[in-house]
Amino acid sequence: MKRVNAVVVGAGAGGGIVAKELAVAGLSVVLLERGKWYTPFDGRKDDLRNQRTTVLGNAFGPDDERNPRVAVDLQGRAHSVRASGPGYSNNAACVGGGTLSYGAMAWRYMEKDFRMRSTYGQVPGSTLEDWPISYQDLEPYYEKAEWEIGVSGDDSGNPFRAPRRKPLPMPPLPPNREFEILEPAARRLGLHPFHIPMLRNTIPYNGRGPCMRCRWCVGFACEVNAKCGTQNTVIPKSLATGNCELRTECMVRQILTDARGRVTGVEYFDVHDRLRTQEADLVVVSSAAVESARLLLNSKSTLFPNGLGNRYDWVGRNLQGHCYTGAFGIMPDDIYDDLGPGASIAICDFNHGNPGLAGGAMLANEFIRLPYQFVGMLPPDVPKWGPAHKDFMRRYYRRAIAVQGPTQEMPMFEARVTVDPDVPDYWGIPVARLSGDKHPHTIEISTAMAAKAEAWLREAGAVRTWKKLAGPGYTGGQHQAGTCRMGNDPKTSVVNRYCQVHDIDNLFVIDGSVHVTNGGFNPVLTIMANAYRASEYLVKGWKGTRYRS
Amino acid sequence: MDRRKFIVAGLAGTAAGCGRARSSWRFFTMEEARTLEAACAHIIPEDQDAGAVRAGVVVFIDRQLTGFYKPLRKVYREGLAAMGSGFADLPPAAQLDKLRQMERDPASKPFFDMLVAHTMQGYYGDPRHGGNRDRVSWKMLGVASPPIRGRA
Repeated sequence: MKRVNAVVVGAGAGGGIVAKELAVAGLSVVLLERGKWYTPFDGRKDDLRNQRTTVLGNAFGPDDERNPRVAVDLQGRAHSVRASGPGYSNNAACVGGGTLSYGAMAWRYMEKDFRMRSTYGQVPGSTLEDWPISYQDLEPYYEKAEWEIGVSGDDSGNPFRAPRRKPLPMPPLPPNREFEILEPAARRLGLHPFHIPMLRNTIPYNGRGPCMRCRWCVGFACEVNAKCGTQNTVIPKSLATGNCELRTECMVRQILTDARGRVTGVEYFDVHDRLRTQEADLVVVSSAAVESARLLLNSKSTLFPNGLGNRYDWVGRNLQGHCYTGAFGIMPDDIYDDLGPGASIAICDFNHGNPGLAGGAMLANEFIRLPYQFVGMLPPDVPKWGPAHKDFMRRYYRRAIAVQGPTQEMPMFEARVTVDPDVPDYWGIPVARLSGDKHPHTIEISTAMAAKAEAWLREAGAVRTWKKLAGPGYTGGQHQAGTCRMGNDPKTSVVNRYCQVHDIDNLFVIDGSVHVTNGGFNPVLTIMANAYRASEYLVKGWKGTRYRS
Repeated sequence: MDRRKFIVAGLAGTAAGCGRARSSWRFFTMEEARTLEAACAHIIPEDQDAGAVRAGVVVFIDRQLTGFYKPLRKVYREGLAAMGSGFADLPPAAQLDKLRQMERDPASKPFFDMLVAHTMQGYYGDPRHGGNRDRVSWKMLGVASPPIRGRA
């Protein structure tokens, strides 16, 4: 197969952007994706089979049959887990990755989110650290992501936001009923509510129409193509340059290195399960925190007996996601308006500055609760079945309201991805093995956030409220991050500030894996911004025929 | 496959299935389906709105056991057998006692919890899977059905 300049492994939020930036700069690129390329016509709305409710399987991969993982529980017992089952920590496997089916919240992290260690000091038992880059370093690239991928919303009412040069390119959707209820309540409490920024068209933008406000949003592909992901923005652009080839249903087995310790390409199984080698001048790993770590760890050789980038045993460490907590409420009257996506209003009053707590979370109202999802959200004292259960559903479904938020986690060295010595996947590649726990302080912060959410609902007039709290166990999932930490010291990180693996100058990791900490926000816009930033560095270092650091 | 071979293969399939009384279900025997129906009728009972049985929950579960829930066939076969062949003929109060006992007993609780989960899926999930017949649960909750599309 013809040698190319760059192979990008994974066509998600990070990889899609890298492929486009490199292809536009004139590099020849092969973009490998283990999943399929879905279109809006595949956007069937199935309450039981999507990326959020997976009781009948993952709609956008990976499939259960070929992709097991091993989950280690808190008693140290290892279990083989299915891709659609609990403990798997799944993100989608398809062109666009999570951005095909996400709810599309488009948050910039705050300045303090990049300086957690400086802000809060050492938290015992946690590897809490500052990023090697600041918000200011990322700001221009946040802007680029907002304008090129497309973000709607209005955060001008958020006094806690970090400075931005340009406003968002699209206005927010008109307020739904929950917005109208929660907005004045927040003001009465002295809070600062505003419209959630979302990677969602609200007006025609980038040649695609606006959101039609159906109730099937988070977890589903948009049937009118109004959600903006890499699959309908940068990836088509990268292909249009003629410099990028997208190969779907290709599973990468390992990254190849030469005797001098430089990367020479990748070995992968193609759609017909044939083993192929793609040679390249540089390799970019963008497979999300679990699979990126797995690929580096599975790429062993004499020079790299512990896998690539793993000289100091940091690959796979600090697995994190978000510890989601919040509260549900019952309003005195029907408030259900069937206006998707549902999530509309947020506050950043509690992201930082909570006395005695090393962080916090953004709080927002929740996406529309589909009927089957609501079954799992009832108060603890309501029977799980029988006439009382049915009656509660009937009486209160249209009166329910929810506020929740992603608590920023205290990273844990022992929350980690390794590769399992005994369990291979369909292609014979050792699978990811997930183990570890949440930091107790993460639970503390998230419990405090649930109380804030509950107070907001009470002020809004909820006649009955109950909390959603977090249990123990590692996180990850769709917000997975942290496993290839970015840092200046090669002894305590995997990649440098430009996402380049410390001891291999032509190997990059560009996705959520490099996040040192994961903000109290949905991470996708930060993954995108950082992908633009790292790509720019990569292109600058490209010398026409080879990569020079 | 030509038409003749197809018919012969079909007959052979029917003959192989003749070990027990002919069932109109894809997976369940008539007996199993009756037991399951009786249990589901307590999990989501009939009142002014359709209950689990009328909403087609057993159809949903039966169908999934030939699809995504194939790995659970043995669990269902054994779980329903353990409920006893006469379960459907017990008076309702006795059935309820038996279900509560299943929920309390650590040995049968996993099966019972699964029954509850699958009943909820069949009742509140998408009608395309055989349950939620005529979108009864969505109508009960007052969710627009068919959904309204294309509002700004």
